[in-house]
Amino acid sequence: MGDSSSVFYLVKMKKRMFLEIITPEKKVFEGEVDSAKFPGSKGEFQVLNDHAPLISPLGKGLVTYKDGDEVKELLVDGGVVEVLHNKIIVLAESAQA
Amino acid sequence: MANLKEVKNRIGSVVSTQQITKAMKMVAAAKLRRAQDRIIQLRPYAEKLSAILQNVSSDVDESLVNEYAIERDVEKVLLVVITSDRGLCGAFNSNVFKHVTSLIEKNYSQQQANGNLRLLTIGRRGHEYFSKRGYKVIGDFSELFSELSFNEVRKAAEYAMEGFRAGDFDKVEVVYNEFKNVATQILRTEQFLPIKPVEEEEQKVENIDYIYEPDKAFIIKELIPKSLKIQFFKTLLESNASEHGARMTAMDKATENAGELLKELRLTYNRTRQAAITTEILEIVAGAEALSSGR
Repeated sequence: MGDSSSVFYLVKMKKRMFLEIITPEKKVFEGEVDSAKFPGSKGEFQVLNDHAPLISPLGKGLVTYKDGDEVKELLVDGGVVEVLHNKIIVLAESAQA
Repeated sequence: MANLKEVKNRIGSVVSTQQITKAMKMVAAAKLRRAQDRIIQLRPYAEKLSAILQNVSSDVDESLVNEYAIERDVEKVLLVVITSDRGLCGAFNSNVFKHVTSLIEKNYSQQQANGNLRLLTIGRRGHEYFSKRGYKVIGDFSELFSELSFNEVRKAAEYAMEGFRAGDFDKVEVVYNEFKNVATQILRTEQFLPIKPVEEEEQKVENIDYIYEPDKAFIIKELIPKSLKIQFFKTLLESNASEHGARMTAMDKATENAGELLKELRLTYNRTRQAAITTEILEIVAGAEALSSGR
């Protein structure tokens, strides 16, 4: 029994990141993702699990996030992203699917 | 004695007025709730942004003065006056008018005399009032409230910020109604630009070793305009909620007054009607009496 429960534990421990995309008007997205790509104001960058704490402004471009095999895109215009302890918060001035 | 028909007509018109004020009150209540929701919706964004900004600027040396914080001699002033598009909301707009007029007399009479005072009106009421009275009203952002979206609002904020940066204005102040509760609005005058130095609150910034991409100075430069726009947007949301609150209260009062008026009118109507009947009976009795005594 002890073995099986620890296996279960491992599977459950497959870590994912929590992504939140907020605009001044509403919360656009909130949920777990595997990876996310951002249009930094000095070029695009990707954030994976266990990324170091980061703060960066965003330019205009696509925020892409992957949940399993599902890839979603959002067009944001200006904003800032904060990555901290596998929690990503995106403040975007506007965001459209 | 009032004419029976006249009174009846008046009752009819008061009833329909009451229906309108009642409907307006209901509409204002619904809109107020939406407006309040939007203030709440903005909160997470605003809080997070100021947290990040505080974090980034915590140990940046003060010599890095932002272009929006430069104090100049106040020669050219921009007053942003926030009113509503529509009337029937009590003293909501006239409070702003009075306050702005006295503010100009008191603080900016010099600039006004030199023709260096500009007004940026948001809301049609303010636009009409101040352009009729010979103030220099610039910028046309009168239709902002029909659909209060951040994208539209930020144009107005950017206009003021751009003007400040280019040296068109040395100081920008905002006059608006802050929402306290449905019945109470607080008239506020806030300095928008230059940014006032933040009083050092007890900072509880967690000391996390962030990577700043590309660097702190750049981030601060990017974030300050954002936070200014958010501040501006919040001001407008507050004013919007206040407007609906004020209208709701005003219409509630109006409905109440109409009810009282109706009570009085109905009393008059019934009294008049009764008087008419009494006179008629008197006439009939008198007539009958005359006939019988004549026999």
